[in-house]
Amino acid sequence: MEYSISEMMSFTFMQRAMIVGVPVALCAALLGVSLILKRYSMIGDGLSHVGFGALALAAAMNLAPLHVAIPVVIISAFFLLRISQNSKINGDGAIAIVSSSALAIGIVVTSLTGGLNTDLYSYLFGSILALSKEDVILSLILCAIVLFLYIFFYHKIFSVTFDENFSLATGTNAKAYNMVIALLTALTVVLGMQIMGTLLISSLIIFPGLTAMRVFKSYRSVVLSAAVQSVICVVVGLVLSFYMETASGATIVCVNLACFILFSIVGAIKRR
Amino acid sequence: MAILECTDVTMSYEGVNVFEHLSFSLERGDYLCILGENGSGKSTLMKGLLGLLKPSSGEIKYSDGLVKSEIGYLPQQSPVQRDFPASVYEVVLSGTLNRKGLSPFYGRRERKLADDNLKRLSITHLKNSCYRDLSGGQQQRVLLARALCATKSLLLLDEPVTGLDPVVSAEFYGLISELNHDDKITVIMVSHDVKQSVAAATHILHLENKTCFFGMVDEYKKSSISDQFMNK
Ligand SMILES: Nc1ncnc2c1ncn2[C@@H]1O[C@H](COP(=O)(O)OP(=O)(O)OP(=O)(O)O)[C@@H](O)[C@H]1O
Ligand SMILES: [Mg+2]
Repeated sequence: MEYSISEMMSFTFMQRAMIVGVPVALCAALLGVSLILKRYSMIGDGLSHVGFGALALAAAMNLAPLHVAIPVVIISAFFLLRISQNSKINGDGAIAIVSSSALAIGIVVTSLTGGLNTDLYSYLFGSILALSKEDVILSLILCAIVLFLYIFFYHKIFSVTFDENFSLATGTNAKAYNMVIALLTALTVVLGMQIMGTLLISSLIIFPGLTAMRVFKSYRSVVLSAAVQSVICVVVGLVLSFYMETASGATIVCVNLACFILFSIVGAIKRR
Repeated sequence: MAILECTDVTMSYEGVNVFEHLSFSLERGDYLCILGENGSGKSTLMKGLLGLLKPSSGEIKYSDGLVKSEIGYLPQQSPVQRDFPASVYEVVLSGTLNRKGLSPFYGRRERKLADDNLKRLSITHLKNSCYRDLSGGQQQRVLLARALCATKSLLLLDEPVTGLDPVVSAEFYGLISELNHDDKITVIMVSHDVKQSVAAATHILHLENKTCFFGMVDEYKKSSISDQFMNK
């Protein structure tokens, strides 16, 4: 190895990647559990593609990427939520159209205007080099908000996720909590986009929850396990990505996959 | 004073009426059983009463200070997914959610209430089990415990004894009567058990072929609509 761990951590870009990566992983895992159980996994995917389109437009217009991406993705989140709740239209299909269109527009704009300031590859698959100081500060603030809201609404989110009709009937404003979930997801997607890449951020949301469900059986243990394991996977993934010089998002997803396989085996053994 | 008033209510799905021009009202402490054949619209009426489905005409009104957070509800078929990881305790506790207002955590009172209702339905030993791994009847008891946790003044039950064994069913009916008598909780129950309904309820609503009967139990026994149903 060329660098020791402490040398690695002395690089500013690596510090930033860790400072952003850990809280984003935490938020993604927490929200992921609800999104999986509500069958909203597609929304995370759709949002990340919309995020890519927004980044490309921002670059083309010389605007700060996050300033464009955050509002665009939040608005799309509410829109996608409405689509998937409407039983009359085919939600999955509609979301697929939105997300592939956003991706396509992003690519076309990028090619026409001579590209993003970092290369396309790292936007799609993640890079630990991309974070500016402003990104780090913004990420920390937004992650703090996401975590606070999540903990504050934890029991309501459980109730709304478990049985929406019951919550509605007994006076919980289920629609509002769905909105909260969509909003928090939008923020998490935008924040994670740079490290994870737009194509892979949704797997940061989905993987930890699914992995935890292989073994754990109560809601709280699933949430806690997802959170812990997501953070570990991101740290391990970032370190590996540094040493192997691979795209950070792709590396993190591979670590998550390994974790998923491990948990599946443990789950299978436990059930026997 | 009435706590629930339905005036000229018609409910429909996509333009097809399930029942028409239904009017009735309930007072605090009443015990209403809703009878009728499969597909006569009992569950649909429940959804209307709970505000999950808007009537296509007419009005459903709660009064006498009844608010939604005092309602307990047991759905006929819960759309809960097969793979949902949740412990029995988590599910039952979620019934107390609307008692605690905005506070983000459950307090000692909510936990005690959940424990009491677990005991009432004799599922304390399942407290830490996974909800999805239970048998149908056990799941039904968990959802009943949740409904009891949510109830302060009104309890709506859609075929509550489905899947329960006879002993537990009898106990459960006793429990409901007790809540109705002692705690003055208004009960609305959909049931196919006519004999039990007539014995326990104060009022009967019978839905059939878009005509409906509503009245006290005694009037129901004398009415022609009950004949075929009672003698079966
Ligand atoms: N979501 C729905 N969309 C369209 N039609 C529906 C829907 N739910 C119920 N219906 C129709 O409305 C009618 C009444 O249904 P409902 O579920 O209220 O009957 P029910 O009296 O509860 O029957 P059961 O005794 O089987 O529970 C039925 O003819 C049914 O086909
Ligand atoms: Mg029904």
